[in-house]
Amino acid sequence: MALKTEPFVLNIGPVHPSTHGVFRMRATLDGEVIIDMEPVFGYLHRGIEKLAEERTYTGVIPLTDRLDYLASMSNNLAYVLAVEKLAGIPVPERAEYLRVILAELQRIASHLIAVGAFLNDCGAFFTPFLYMFREREKIVDLFEMVSGQRLLYNYMRIGGFTQDIPDEFLPALDKFVRQMPGFIDEYDRLLAENEILLARAKGVGILPKELAINICASGPVLRGSGVNWDIRKVDPYSIYDRFEFDIPTGSAGDCYDRYRVRVQEMRQSLRIIEQAMKQLPSGAVRSEVPHLIHPPTGEAYAHIEAPKGELGFYLVSDNSIAPYRCHIRAPSLMNLTALREMMLGWKIQDAIIIFGSIDITMGEVDR
Amino acid sequence: MTLALSGQEVVAKLEQQFPGSVIESSENNLLVKSESIFDVAEYLKSSPELDFDYLNYIAAVDYYDYFELVYQFTSMKHNHSLVLKTRCYDRENPAVPSVVRLWRGADFQEREIYDLMGISFEGHPNLKRIVLWQGFEGHPLRKDYL
Repeated sequence: MALKTEPFVLNIGPVHPSTHGVFRMRATLDGEVIIDMEPVFGYLHRGIEKLAEERTYTGVIPLTDRLDYLASMSNNLAYVLAVEKLAGIPVPERAEYLRVILAELQRIASHLIAVGAFLNDCGAFFTPFLYMFREREKIVDLFEMVSGQRLLYNYMRIGGFTQDIPDEFLPALDKFVRQMPGFIDEYDRLLAENEILLARAKGVGILPKELAINICASGPVLRGSGVNWDIRKVDPYSIYDRFEFDIPTGSAGDCYDRYRVRVQEMRQSLRIIEQAMKQLPSGAVRSEVPHLIHPPTGEAYAHIEAPKGELGFYLVSDNSIAPYRCHIRAPSLMNLTALREMMLGWKIQDAIIIFGSIDITMGEVDR
Repeated sequence: MTLALSGQEVVAKLEQQFPGSVIESSENNLLVKSESIFDVAEYLKSSPELDFDYLNYIAAVDYYDYFELVYQFTSMKHNHSLVLKTRCYDRENPAVPSVVRLWRGADFQEREIYDLMGISFEGHPNLKRIVLWQGFEGHPLRKDYL
């Protein structure tokens, strides 16, 4: 006698370790296989775009920290670039170099969490995660030196920085840059050819190239699918056109490729930091900026290659001291668009790592 | 460097294809009628010399008299971009055609605009609130929402 079966709806999340925040997957299952999935979010919606309309241009910077809270420096950078574009504010050379150094350190820190959490999802319970946190700690220490904060840095300002870096920063950075390649080699020895990781991640959760472009994916998700598109190269902002670095890409667009792209990007970031350290000029870190900024009426869009992808701010000014409108183009949100297609036909345990391989932060998805 | 195309560069081609659809073209953008946004976007995407295959973002702005929708497209092949705008004067039931069929990436963005700004997108396959809960009253990003 045939067994009578019926689809089963399972809510994964919102509060669950594998959802990297408060995200809910409403999965319809046939046995263990996912036959339908609907992402549900908004649990962390704080209305940052609305709040920004009530604050001065400088007062919005702490809000941007709380978007992708694992990459606050990058968020600061994207926002101040947009305001500088809107108001035509110059940035001193030294500040430009420091911005590049800090943004690339932030990329490494964010990718370390992405890779660590991804391996956690694969079932390597907290061992790789702790290795990654060991190095991230050093970056957080560096950020603490410059900003006094360990998570939400609020360090960049329109026209530069709050203050110059302390004397002990560069020696510590130099030590980190010399040590870090050895640590990445260590991860590769442990993980790159690891049989379990290959079995779990190779060929799983494929995002084809055409679909990746069509869903406006960006960052490692787009490049993992084999699209050579990095805003640092195709539309250089700040002073990225002065550095030599490569853009790692995947080919299959599976979870493993997204993981590999992140690991290789860390090496490229180190290359950029090394070059920027050598060229770092002395001088002021902030240009003369009025206390309250009144950008001329108009609009500006500035985007950067944040760790998770294209992070952009679309600002509208009505010549007052607060933005008339502040729209945030959040990479994590767009990268989730194809999640359903990537998961269909895979089992629950694969769905967890497919989701983990996209690397989202809910602060940015919900805003 | 991504080349930002000016509205004037693109307007001649559009006028040929869709006479009367363009309201205004300026240095930085192109303003088209809201009812022709889908046709214009489809042309921008399929025309080989423009080839806008990537949608950077959709933003909605409330100017009290009208809502403005801002689309920025990029062509990965030619590495150029264009800002397209449209306006919606109806405050009670604002609606514009959806571009989800062209760029799937518009899906969540249009839902978010529907949720927070209250603009409907005709032809969107799953238009419902995305960050606020079903049954929430009002649209917080509107300027008259306090």
